[in-house]
Amino acid sequence: MTKRQKYSKRARREHRQGYLFITPAIIITGIFIALSVFFIIYLSFHKVNLFKDEYNFIGIKNYKRLFTDETTRVAFKNTIMFSLVVVPVQTFLALIIASVLNSNIKGKTMFRTIYFLPTLTSSSALTLIFMFIFNVNGPVNALLLKMGILQSGVNFLSNPSFALKVIMAMNIWSTIPYYMTLYIANLQDLPTNLYEAASIDGAGPIRIFFSIILPYLKPMTTYVLLTGIIGTLQMFDQAYIFSNGSGGPANSTLTVSLLIYRYAFGTQNAMGFAATLAIVLAILIFTVSMLAQKANKAESLY
Amino acid sequence: MKKKKKLKASKMFLYAVLIIFALMTLYPFLWMVSASFKPLREIVGGQISLFSKNMSLDNYKYIFGRSSLFPRWFLNSFMVSLIGTAVNLIINSMAGYSLARLNYPGRDKIYYGLIALMMVPGQVLLIPNYLIVQKLHMLNHFSSLIIPAAANIGHIFMMRQFFINFPRDIEEAASIDGLGRYGVFFRVCIPLARPVIATQAVFIFMGFWNEFTKPMLYIKTETKYTLTLGLQTFSSRDAGTMWNQVMAATCITVLPIIIIYLIFNKFFLVSVRMDGEK
Repeated sequence: MTKRQKYSKRARREHRQGYLFITPAIIITGIFIALSVFFIIYLSFHKVNLFKDEYNFIGIKNYKRLFTDETTRVAFKNTIMFSLVVVPVQTFLALIIASVLNSNIKGKTMFRTIYFLPTLTSSSALTLIFMFIFNVNGPVNALLLKMGILQSGVNFLSNPSFALKVIMAMNIWSTIPYYMTLYIANLQDLPTNLYEAASIDGAGPIRIFFSIILPYLKPMTTYVLLTGIIGTLQMFDQAYIFSNGSGGPANSTLTVSLLIYRYAFGTQNAMGFAATLAIVLAILIFTVSMLAQKANKAESLY
Repeated sequence: MKKKKKLKASKMFLYAVLIIFALMTLYPFLWMVSASFKPLREIVGGQISLFSKNMSLDNYKYIFGRSSLFPRWFLNSFMVSLIGTAVNLIINSMAGYSLARLNYPGRDKIYYGLIALMMVPGQVLLIPNYLIVQKLHMLNHFSSLIIPAAANIGHIFMMRQFFINFPRDIEEAASIDGLGRYGVFFRVCIPLARPVIATQAVFIFMGFWNEFTKPMLYIKTETKYTLTLGLQTFSSRDAGTMWNQVMAATCITVLPIIIIYLIFNKFFLVSVRMDGEK
């Protein structure tokens, strides 16, 4: 039986409409995601000359270079460091503030509105604001001097031991509200009689937090951790703007994403190697995500 | 009696936590606003007061002045965000409807395919997208900012979810009244999907407005910059950064989104709930 006979005329019309409605989405995601994935794998086995539009097959040379390239090591170190500091801190603070906001207090809407501001602001604007308040003559320095914490102004922006820390602070500060909002949404679905009962049984707020709220929020915490890891491992805008694309001072703000950009579009003209780096970053993200999900599943068996 | 006192103390503590965090959140923004009204010599002079008697609109006058490209960038950002949002809404809701309501061979495969594509990290796409945009001769055109982001898988799924729960009788009634499939979709389904579309619109608009990487890579001519990119030229001009002008420009950049947020506050919370319930 051929397809034509299998379906009624009406069904075939619905097929046509179905395909028609989904086609634009398929074209866009097909070209700019699916095709791009194959394209980048292809690129990683080639030496690319962008100006001459030349692609020369070089086997796994780009992958071998990963192990010898010193800048790559620095970039991975910075990125992992960044993720290790930012993700736990932002998750912890988001959880705490969400729990506090969820308790019986006045002015919730006002607090939530204020807290949401950083989420609305572009990384481009946020980075400039932070660069301003942390610059050598800026308000943070002035405040620290006045309080006697510093003897002389510190140039947070051009001092290699501070630059990445400023970006970390900015990232934590700007991502807490989003995760906090996720937690609050989740907490609103928690049946209130559950902790009312616990409270009648004599459990204090801290006890309630640890034995009711925290276990209840666990799936959300996994989600928050995953999103945090995926986001921080790909950090680009803030480091780019902060260092004007260089990753400086002294490569201290060089993240993997920024290095990909530098190799692909900078003077080195090493797009093939940049593609390889991007693939390794993707594999790292997948592995960490899988591990985090597995860890959560294993624990939830208890 | 004693318990009440203890409760009061712990409540004070909770308020203290919330207020401190609110101040920490506001601190950078307050400085942004304050600096945007001050002359440069004052904000680099180690002042720690937010207010001064020398505050004026000079910085704003400068960035909106005749020699400034800032108004142009603002317009560019606005146009790109507006068109990008419109295109996205059409493509996403059509795709969502197709996945939810229309039966055709391969539909489930397409659905799972989209799930797989959603997991691809953005940084992987940076280089190949650039090369594709270049091959399509879109470099330095606004189309390069819109077309690669013209569909959003997360939002397609949001629309799909909405149409799955959408009562079938309404559609059937409309089609008995003589509307064809397209009529049903555009004249019945879309108007009824308004809340979910508004939520998406707010987020998509914000995404386009705040996008930095794409314009930075694709747009080369200064007159075609978007705000996020234009802001950077203020800060990297020679003779040191003019922080006062940068902050005035930053203020204007942030303002539209904050206004949208204050108007559509409830939609923001709805969407977060939808994302969170994955």
